[in-house]
Amino acid sequence: MSDSTVVGLHHEEQHHPELLHHFAEPQQQEDSASLGMWIFLGTEVMFFGGLFCAYLIYRLAYFGDFAAASQTLSWKLGATNTAVLICSSLTVVFAVYAAQQGKRTMLIGSLVLTIILGFAFLGIKATEYAEKFEKHHVPGPSFQFDNVPVPGHPDQMANRGHAQIYFALYFIMTGLHALHMIIGIGFFTWLLFAAWRGRFTPEYNTPVEMGGLYWHFVDIVWIYLFPLLYLIDLHK
Amino acid sequence: MPEDTKLSREPSEPAHEHHESSLTGYIVIWLILLAGTALTVIAARIDLGRFNAAVALTIATIKALLVALFFMHIKGAHEKLLKLVVISTIFFLFILLTLSMADYGTRTWS
Repeated sequence: MSDSTVVGLHHEEQHHPELLHHFAEPQQQEDSASLGMWIFLGTEVMFFGGLFCAYLIYRLAYFGDFAAASQTLSWKLGATNTAVLICSSLTVVFAVYAAQQGKRTMLIGSLVLTIILGFAFLGIKATEYAEKFEKHHVPGPSFQFDNVPVPGHPDQMANRGHAQIYFALYFIMTGLHALHMIIGIGFFTWLLFAAWRGRFTPEYNTPVEMGGLYWHFVDIVWIYLFPLLYLIDLHK
Repeated sequence: MPEDTKLSREPSEPAHEHHESSLTGYIVIWLILLAGTALTVIAARIDLGRFNAAVALTIATIKALLVALFFMHIKGAHEKLLKLVVISTIFFLFILLTLSMADYGTRTWS
């Protein structure tokens, strides 16, 4: 079975134009890309991990103040954004499937839907940010958080400085996440352009798969951010 | 050489098993993820004492696992080293969080 292919390697075998010369075969090239992408995602996990660790330390130290600050957010908007991202993950797996099956119309449709859902997420996020500026909940000289009771303790007021730490973490974590979304939308726009040109085939669709991995990773980060930032002590 | 035979695998061999995975499977996962989001909101509105955070994180981890296994195709992945990368990522994240908490959690003087 391997006789013909081993001999074939010594000839100018006709191969896919997207197969780079330092790879033996398309599968090896795709595996290398996949491994590299997962290592990159590993560094991303550590990148966000540092912020999650900072969040964990301050939340344990200033639990009541974090709960008070968290409840100024709208969990309805947060839940909507979670649903939007989960739907976008579905359109992404559809895009990867379509690329692997060579279904160009389905691929283009799924990519367009993903980009639209990405913008929907950023739009909702932008209205949330605008509200924070109006309420002076943005850390800095004009930060205001006075006479807000700690949930469950109506007579105890939340500490202004501790609440400011919550909002600093909120803006850094959601801001970094939003930046990833913007990069993701940019990459998917390029994928859409390439798909329109008919560049992806069942034999070569690695960029769609790698873009999909990135998008799902950003989705996973939000899956953790939503309960940690929006749902602190909601029952009180 | 064993490497040689591995590299020159039959080109006609189906590259990925997960190519055949049905779209209905993806839709089932999607529905579970949406249900998980609803569940985490409902759970947050019920007083579970100190277990609220644990429940929220457990649901989030199950959702993350579903995305990683089925949407990111870790399940049925062709590249074997990939699992090593995923496990070491989780391991290093674990070191980051536990050693930091071992420090801050035992600072009784502050």
